[in-house]
Amino acid sequence: MATGTAIPGMKSKYASGRLRGGDDVVWGVTFLFAALIVAITVLLVFELWVNSAPSRQKFGLGFLSSSLWNPVTNEFGALPFIYGTVVTSFLALLISVPLGVGAAIYLAELAAPRLSTVLTFLVELLAAIPSVIFGLIAIFTLVPVMRGYIGPGLKAALGWTPVFSGPVFGVGYLTAGLILAIMTFPFIISVSREALMAVPRDQREAALALGATRWESTWQIVLPFARLGIFGAIFLGLARALGETMAVTMVIGNSPTVRASLLSPGYTIASVIANEFTEANGKYYVSGLVELGLVLFALTMAINGLAQLVIVLTAKKGSAKA
Amino acid sequence: MLTLTGICAAVTVSTLFLILAYLVYNGAKSLSLSFFTNLPLGQGETGGGIANAIVGSAEIVGLASLIGIPVGFMAGVYLAEFSGKKLGFLIRYTADLLNGVPSIVIGMFAWTIVVIPLHRYSALAGGLALSLMLIPITARNTEQFLLEVPRTMREGALALGASKWRAIATVIVPAARKGIMTGIILGVARISGETAPLLFTALGNQFWSTSLFEPTASLPVVIYNYATSPYEDWHRQAWAAGLVLLGLVLAANIAARAIVSRGPSLPR
Repeated sequence: MATGTAIPGMKSKYASGRLRGGDDVVWGVTFLFAALIVAITVLLVFELWVNSAPSRQKFGLGFLSSSLWNPVTNEFGALPFIYGTVVTSFLALLISVPLGVGAAIYLAELAAPRLSTVLTFLVELLAAIPSVIFGLIAIFTLVPVMRGYIGPGLKAALGWTPVFSGPVFGVGYLTAGLILAIMTFPFIISVSREALMAVPRDQREAALALGATRWESTWQIVLPFARLGIFGAIFLGLARALGETMAVTMVIGNSPTVRASLLSPGYTIASVIANEFTEANGKYYVSGLVELGLVLFALTMAINGLAQLVIVLTAKKGSAKA
Repeated sequence: MLTLTGICAAVTVSTLFLILAYLVYNGAKSLSLSFFTNLPLGQGETGGGIANAIVGSAEIVGLASLIGIPVGFMAGVYLAEFSGKKLGFLIRYTADLLNGVPSIVIGMFAWTIVVIPLHRYSALAGGLALSLMLIPITARNTEQFLLEVPRTMREGALALGASKWRAIATVIVPAARKGIMTGIILGVARISGETAPLLFTALGNQFWSTSLFEPTASLPVVIYNYATSPYEDWHRQAWAAGLVLLGLVLAANIAARAIVSRGPSLPR
């Protein structure tokens, strides 16, 4: 009776011969809902494209390189926002990747299994905290600390570099980067931890048998083995940081300028949309913001695509090298 | 060197406790019955509450769940049980893509398809925006747990003469129900904390909203508006509202994990 597959009905409808009536209905209904997902996504891209048309036609590709954001004269450019998004996200990664991978190493290699489970659970709880709560904490506790201690401290030590020059406002790229770092910890830690735990025991034991110290075995053998998975974690964290809206909006300083100093206020794509969308009037203003949304969508799609690729490559290789 | 990694772990985990501590310290003193039952008052007046925000959030999240859970669940069933290789890949890729779209862009999309045609901000638009975030999570989660049901159970059901849909409905889905339910609870908890999609769909409301077609207050948006305002009293309320929101979200997360860890596991 069965054709092609060992168990009738287990594979797709076409491989196994006829499904009976009720099966067809259920297949149809579930397919409809699954196809809905594709339809929604296509519609999303379409709507973004169509609603940004006035701005795209007026500014063309120059939109991406212009720093002018003037609603009064209807001149819009995306550069300060792209710059701010990229700077805050990379700053966040700069802080959270060493800390996160270090914590993942501890949880995967060194901690007792029960402690590791409890700590991993706590880290995952961190991921569940809504971003507006992070923003709340950032405004009232991080910003004063920034203004009073960290900012002046950095200025005193490194004020001669352009990266830490200028007045300290408390809000700005650095504050946003810090709160973003805290928000990306859980992703980096949990994915890296899984990548590290997937490294087979014999690799570690072989290193130790050859006389390596615990640290040497971890740093030189286990970590390189897991590096694809860790890169995947980093890309995932980056994708999250790029699209993060609320916490960043509350501490970025809302200044649509491109500045070298990390202590100065800036703006990100998500923040300008959140702040100005409801007040935007005129088709160029609104479509300019929609075009910014399109840029952000393209950016996160590219990074997510890279992350998926890396994770798929890791899974394919399994834990065996080459 | 290795102790450094321990320090890293300590630092990252301690941020959770610091956040909880700050929220409790700053927010607990403002929690009172009147806080939960009053409407917001104007700037500068003391004694306002978040009653309409709590109800509004419940409305919006309820609507989002009503739309998102069935769609996500059905799509997950399709992916796990019926899909072929290529179509399955396309749907999974699209679901992951939708999952990765920044929440503010989702809000924009809901704005273009609901707010503009209706010419008004509404709880409907907000609910739709949140459901768009719930659907991919639910679909992938459902698929994952359905695929984990052992082959022996599927084969047993089919061997007893069940048709495919019967096997799915009466054997496979019930076997995977703990994981699926956990995923749904976690998904709903996640969307109930989302602010950005609601900023220009449901907007906000200082009073009770009487229908789904009116701007509606919601807890995260209230927290955001109060926190960024210049008024001391509103800051105080933002802390308290933040404590309430976090309490709900964490309670849902802990409950969800308790469901998974307790109870009989799948027979092997």
